[in-house]
Amino acid sequence: MESALVLVIGVMVAAGVYLMLAANLLCYLFGLILLSNAANLVIFVAGRLTRAVPPLIPKGQEAPLEPVANALPQAMILTAIVIGFGLLAFTLALVVACYRELGTIDSDHMRLAEPPPKSGEH
Amino acid sequence: MGWLLALPFLLPIATGLFALGARRKPRRARTISLLGCVGLFVIVVIIFVRVIDEGTIAAQMGNWPAPFGITLVADRLSAIMLLLAGLVGLAVAIFAQADVDLRREVLGFQGFYQLLLAGVCGSFVTGDLFNLYVWFEVMLIASFALLILGGERAQLDGGIKYVALNLVSTLFMLMAIGMVYGLTGTLNLAALHTALAQVEQPAALHMLAVLLIVAFGIKAALFPLYFWLPASYHVPPVAVTAVFAGLLTKVGVYALIRTFTLIFPADFSFAHDLLLIAALLTMLSGVIGAASQYEFRKILAFHIISQIGFLVLGLALFSPLALAGSIFYMVHNIVAKTNLLLISGTARRMTGSFNLAEIGGLYRVSPVLAAVFFIAAFSLAGFPPLSGFWAKLMLVSASLEQAAYWVAAIALITGALTLFSMSKIWSEAFWKPHPTGEARSLTSLTVTERIQRMLPALLLVAITLGLGLFPQPLIQFCETAAKELLDPAGYVATVLPSRGG
Repeated sequence: MESALVLVIGVMVAAGVYLMLAANLLCYLFGLILLSNAANLVIFVAGRLTRAVPPLIPKGQEAPLEPVANALPQAMILTAIVIGFGLLAFTLALVVACYRELGTIDSDHMRLAEPPPKSGEH
Repeated sequence: MGWLLALPFLLPIATGLFALGARRKPRRARTISLLGCVGLFVIVVIIFVRVIDEGTIAAQMGNWPAPFGITLVADRLSAIMLLLAGLVGLAVAIFAQADVDLRREVLGFQGFYQLLLAGVCGSFVTGDLFNLYVWFEVMLIASFALLILGGERAQLDGGIKYVALNLVSTLFMLMAIGMVYGLTGTLNLAALHTALAQVEQPAALHMLAVLLIVAFGIKAALFPLYFWLPASYHVPPVAVTAVFAGLLTKVGVYALIRTFTLIFPADFSFAHDLLLIAALLTMLSGVIGAASQYEFRKILAFHIISQIGFLVLGLALFSPLALAGSIFYMVHNIVAKTNLLLISGTARRMTGSFNLAEIGGLYRVSPVLAAVFFIAAFSLAGFPPLSGFWAKLMLVSASLEQAAYWVAAIALITGALTLFSMSKIWSEAFWKPHPTGEARSLTSLTVTERIQRMLPALLLVAITLGLGLFPQPLIQFCETAAKELLDPAGYVATVLPSRGG
């Protein structure tokens, strides 16, 4: 189970990086989404996977009787998803603002904050 | 006790919320923000004094014992970083009252500024890798907002580049955290000190080290990961650039120092070699980049990069003297760099531009500003008897101690090139006459604005001078701090009383 998920993570990272290398900011954004979900899956797998043993303590006991699923990585992923969602929403808004103000989402054409190109360059 | 260590981030968050609520009444928001910064400064001074008296202090939030609860720790390194954050926060808050326009204040400048300080302070006191990630995010989202607040076209352009690269750094950090947890089952920094030493998979440790160096290296603007910095630091108002330059990249360096002294084993030469090469290339490429620029703020932005190289150099050499040098350099650099950016803002106010070709004549109309710049700039270049001289002296003698002569040579070359850039600014902006007409003098500003602009600059330059003339107390402090970093047993025993000691 772990190795299958690891392969999935690998494919997601590869696809994410490929998309992020594009000059188009929207492609970059989609790549970022893939990469951030891959990172969440890394934490998930790091907590070891178990099937159908929820971390519940039976009545009258102080500790679970048998090894149970690790709840901590899931709590961390939840935090990471919330933060990631906020950052993605911000980035999307930024891309929209860029498109409105600069008229392009091709990062190769965003040269406003850079020194003006010399003749011969483009 | 526990609350004292939580105050450096709770207070700015509370102040920020009140300031955001009052953003439509800018005068009130300003007052709230300024009072919050004064309060923060008082708190960090109290923490600093307590750490000097008692050594490392730790607090467990909600009384859950470490490594299960949320741990806050302040050792000497954290304490001095907090003190600097409080100082820069206060100085820039005063300056921002004159420098940030009304429109940006109505959009919520003061609130985001406080949130940024909360993120920075939180990163310095946390004792847990995952919480470090959370504080990095708080800092990051506030810095995004400050960078593009106002929405000028250049700001959006620079903002895209800043956001794109910093989000990548975040994801690397998150993956590294997942792997640390998978290897050891804990994320508490003190518990990791023992847990990671027992991991017998060198390949996994090497990969982790690379992931963390890339993640923190992007934040710290380390070669070759710094390209977001010169693309974005010159677009927001000067007050924002000043607080970014003083604190943001330094949080990345702090995270590098913390992880590679505390959680990774001390004989991890792979990471130290990697950091050494990156540090030297950072120093050289930053200073050469600065030499090619002809704009006040862009020159200073490239110098931020070159000085990050010095800070990481001390970590890479990994000797008591080198680490002490790194911490001294951090103090000197944060004070001098913030000040230089504040001066660049005032220089622009009086001459109308950042472009060195279009300005001049500042020395004649305002000798005070010129003197402040002169001291800060030559301190940055490492001239005796200013603070930068002692910082460079410690790092260079640390590298000579290890017979790394070429390291010392590169440090000295970088110093010389820094001097070249600083003299360029001096002769262009201050010495030569203004090309079109006349620069305004300080006396033409209102009294309030003069105080708001010059008080922080004078305060910071007094610290630079003081550290230069009486460096001994700080050198001693840095040596003790370096000793603590190289032997984390005390840190671990304070956080985990049952295991250490």
